[in-house]
Amino acid sequence: MTGTRRDGEQGETAEPDGERTAAGEGVPPPPRAADDATPTDPAAVPPWRVIAPPHPGGPATGRPLRTSLAVGAGRVVAGMSRRLRLGSGGMIGGRLALSLQPGLLGRLAAGRRIVMITGTNGKTTTTALVAEALRSRGTATSNVTGANMLDGHVAALMTDLSAPFAALEVDELHLAQVTAEFAPSVIVLLNLSRDQMDRVGEIRTVQRSLRAALERVPRTRVVANRDDPNIVSVAAGHPGVTWVSGGARWMHDASNCPRCGACITDLDGPWRCECGLARPEADWTVTADAVLGPDGRARQLSLQLPGHVNRINATFAVAAAAELGCDPDRVLARIADLRQASGRYATVLLDDRVVRLLLAKNPASWLEMLDLVSGHDRPLVLVVNSREADGYDVSWLWDVDFESLRGRAVLVTGERGLDLAVRLRYAGVRCEVVGTPQDALGRSGAEPDVIANYTAFRDLLARSVTR
Amino acid sequence: MSGGVRIALLLPDLLGTYGDRGNVLVLEQRLAWRGIPSETVTVLSSAPEVPESCDVYLLGGGEDVAQTAAMRVLSRSPGLQRAAARGVPVLGICGGLQLLGTEFTTGDGVRHEGLGLVDAVTEPAGERAIGEVTANSVLAGVGMLTGFENHLGRTRLGAGSVPLGRVTRGTGNGHERAEGAVRGHVVCTYLHGPILARNPALADLLLEWAMGAPLQPIAEPEELAALRVERTRVRARNPK
Repeated sequence: MTGTRRDGEQGETAEPDGERTAAGEGVPPPPRAADDATPTDPAAVPPWRVIAPPHPGGPATGRPLRTSLAVGAGRVVAGMSRRLRLGSGGMIGGRLALSLQPGLLGRLAAGRRIVMITGTNGKTTTTALVAEALRSRGTATSNVTGANMLDGHVAALMTDLSAPFAALEVDELHLAQVTAEFAPSVIVLLNLSRDQMDRVGEIRTVQRSLRAALERVPRTRVVANRDDPNIVSVAAGHPGVTWVSGGARWMHDASNCPRCGACITDLDGPWRCECGLARPEADWTVTADAVLGPDGRARQLSLQLPGHVNRINATFAVAAAAELGCDPDRVLARIADLRQASGRYATVLLDDRVVRLLLAKNPASWLEMLDLVSGHDRPLVLVVNSREADGYDVSWLWDVDFESLRGRAVLVTGERGLDLAVRLRYAGVRCEVVGTPQDALGRSGAEPDVIANYTAFRDLLARSVTR
Repeated sequence: MSGGVRIALLLPDLLGTYGDRGNVLVLEQRLAWRGIPSETVTVLSSAPEVPESCDVYLLGGGEDVAQTAAMRVLSRSPGLQRAAARGVPVLGICGGLQLLGTEFTTGDGVRHEGLGLVDAVTEPAGERAIGEVTANSVLAGVGMLTGFENHLGRTRLGAGSVPLGRVTRGTGNGHERAEGAVRGHVVCTYLHGPILARNPALADLLLEWAMGAPLQPIAEPEELAALRVERTRVRARNPK
């Protein structure tokens, strides 16, 4: 039993496990557990444990002077950064505040219920979904700009000192630093695949770091992907895990056991390795049109965000929010309208053209995005850079099945346009290499889809105008 | 070779960390462009045995645990060793290079016996070698090699092997400016990229060895020459 989930308890009797500093006012009443029981089965007890949210005003009151000074200075600098158009202020303000008071993150987190979201793919979108899900119950702050290391977390928490909830994206290798500062209520572990190996290193290193992070916070609820053996290996030993199943997609990083190296043959089935690592039972399952909860109810899952991958991300958000007492039906209604997350999937105006922006930064996300564009015949612009934030090595382009683009009109650009073009030629895809994304958009037909990797996406988003 | 060239992709579930599959795609497509049929035999680590009848063998790289697991599979069923003894070409990338050597030491300090197809001993260094590499190949007609390296191991060659090339930029084996190892038709390298995509002359040399006959020249993808030039100029990560 963990601190954030009290088995068998219902209603408002549960205590938040964070600091309680003020009486709860203006808190939306927690959903009544009985409302969710299937009418035909009045005896059914909802399997999620209803938790009272922490109280607004709590985190902000009784702060020591030094914390107030650090936060004040950080906010001033963040505001200046925004006004001078140097950036969103998310990094610089947080960095300054953190330098004025080490340990500030733990202080800002005290008394709040915080969900940390990590994994190699889908962090930003899932964080936006979780934040929206938590807002079904109270105000929530989030590092929406994607600054996902400690200074970004400090900046996000500084922007709203009274928000009882926070959804914070965290870089895979920085979760351990976070849990050294405070214990989040929930940690969401999405997936682990090869990503920027020249920067991040091997998947095994990331696993070790994540496991160390979880060991520090045994009372934190972990919401984890049961279909990814790398995630199962990280989370299986934790005392409180809620397992989410969305179906296995990118499997090239998981076909041998992360613990012992033995071949796992039936990744889509109930796999079990000789060393003991096995696919756990799912608490939440994504089906073709619904999400199946631990109460056995299938709830319709309709989203504006496209693709099966976002159905999985949404289910993680529902599961995480339910751990904090949010009502899954209200959560589903709320996240249904989300159209974009930090520009991902956004339809924007770019160089006077209507463009859909898609982010793909590693083989797993390219698989999802190519899947998404296979349903139509719009012109395609593909942009690949290789700066530090992207990783300098683009060998992974050869692990992507670009063969599905045969017969499409494809324009290729970015710093590594030549690498991509050679890859496409070997895949039998006709393409044209152009100098810049601007040139590419100028030559593409109406309403193109643009798939870009990290820095390329960021630059395009910065130049775009929201419709 | 009535059914076409048989390409063996060995243990991609263990050795296929970063674009290594690309080397197979390049061989298949370069044969297809010439109208020569090919068949790729994928040998997973769960396979009962490693076939010895293929015409060319490819091994990629992997993390330490995967690499030692691959070593167990390959020594249990010596199809690769028998094929190599017949002069069938073998390409080993990164971790593949290390286990085709005589001995390798993993990051945990444990020494492992290699397959011994090339005369090379690998030990871990203090830091990873990461970045663009260029080297001049010693193999006739292959010329300048370009690729990207990312490895902790440093490899010292014995008298039984020659380097695949001499490094002009990057780390390579980390000893005597050597990059990779060659013995007979066994070719090993640290270069990703993947190497056969960036260095088509090496791809064709392996295919000529596999078929025992010279290949017709083909028109290269038009961006390839520009890519090779670009990669030899760029400075990515490597301090040297």
